[in-house]
Amino acid sequence: MANPLHQFEITTVAPIEIGGVDVSLTNSGVFMVLTVIAVSVFLVFGVRGRSIVPGRWQSMAELSYEFIAGMVRDNVGSEGRRYFPFVFSLFMFILFGNLIGLIPYSFTFTSHIIVTFAMAAFVFIGVTVIGIVRHGFHFFTFFMPTGVPMIMAPILIPIEVLSYLSRPVSLSIRLFANMMAGHTMMKVFAGFVIPLGIIGGWAPLTVDVALSGFEFLVAFLQAYVFTILTCLYLNDAIHLH
Amino acid sequence: MRKSTWGLPALTIAVSGYVAPAFAAGLPQLDASKFAPQLVWLVITFAVLYVLMSRVALPKIGSVLAARKDRIEGNLERAQTLKADAQALADAYEQAIAEARQNAQGVVAEARNTMSADASSRHDELNERLSAKVTAAEQRIAKATQEAVAGVRDLALDVAATAAERLTGDAPDGKAVSAAVDAVLKERD
Repeated sequence: MANPLHQFEITTVAPIEIGGVDVSLTNSGVFMVLTVIAVSVFLVFGVRGRSIVPGRWQSMAELSYEFIAGMVRDNVGSEGRRYFPFVFSLFMFILFGNLIGLIPYSFTFTSHIIVTFAMAAFVFIGVTVIGIVRHGFHFFTFFMPTGVPMIMAPILIPIEVLSYLSRPVSLSIRLFANMMAGHTMMKVFAGFVIPLGIIGGWAPLTVDVALSGFEFLVAFLQAYVFTILTCLYLNDAIHLH
Repeated sequence: MRKSTWGLPALTIAVSGYVAPAFAAGLPQLDASKFAPQLVWLVITFAVLYVLMSRVALPKIGSVLAARKDRIEGNLERAQTLKADAQALADAYEQAIAEARQNAQGVVAEARNTMSADASSRHDELNERLSAKVTAAEQRIAKATQEAVAGVRDLALDVAATAAERLTGDAPDGKAVSAAVDAVLKERD
């Protein structure tokens, strides 16, 4: 039986090395490039007709725009407009990465902790910098909510700081673990289809069919969760609850 | 039923026996030697995506949405104006109808007044003419009666004079006859 974790292995497609650093194009990199191409084609070609009454494709492109624009507007407010392109890129990158990863024999780059952690860390650092630039030293009052008695500060501040620092960890592990678990589960069940034969193989196949549908939901949901949490962190940095 | 009692543990053992070695071999996700290429390509692809989104795709979609919004708002505005125009026209029409009705009523009333005035004047005229004729006829009758009465007196004078001459043998005095006849006529009246 195939190793269910084999699908997560990074294989080098084109070896490149610059200054002693391995920057090879790997299967992960290939799928990142494919994702960027797919997102761009989906959006740019979707609206090339510029129809007043949109067709299906244009509707989907507009829907994704309005979905993220609404999310930024509702969660961050008008100051969030500047960050809309970033939030939108983030959502589309994760969503298309997840969805393309569902195609059999493809690779899911969001199932790698280093990728999700890099994105989460970028969001975390970016949000913290925005908070400090906007509020200066006042930003650190974020860790000491107003109206809390001074006596609580020694307990509350460490807790608040810890919860703030755990944001990138939870953000990255949530996405990575969801993608990895789903794909592993599907592979495990798929591995039983042929060995159980024509009589018993239907059971794991049925489970895999159900899981496929479920994975589509997870692919969308995790992209949504990652993006909306980014919006909430941005809102915290801009408005300091 | 009997099958499922041992089926589940067997499946669990089978799955763990098949998955466990794979995990023991180490997660591919924790292979640090593959971090650098992933990070580098993540940065490159995401930067390219960000530029494509912020410079090309989003402005394009945004302009399409804005154009539609403008178009819809323009259409709504035009519809509003057209509706107001239609309302104004309808009001003007109502007013014209009301005026025309009032005019018509005036004309009808005037015609009725004129006609009734005409009719009553003609009626009066006819009455006058008829009563004039009646009066004339009455006068003529009265004159005829007088003439007839005068004729009867003259005849009575003649008859009385002739009768007195035959009876007495000589012509009586005219004055006496006439006085006697008048006295008799007066007695008769």
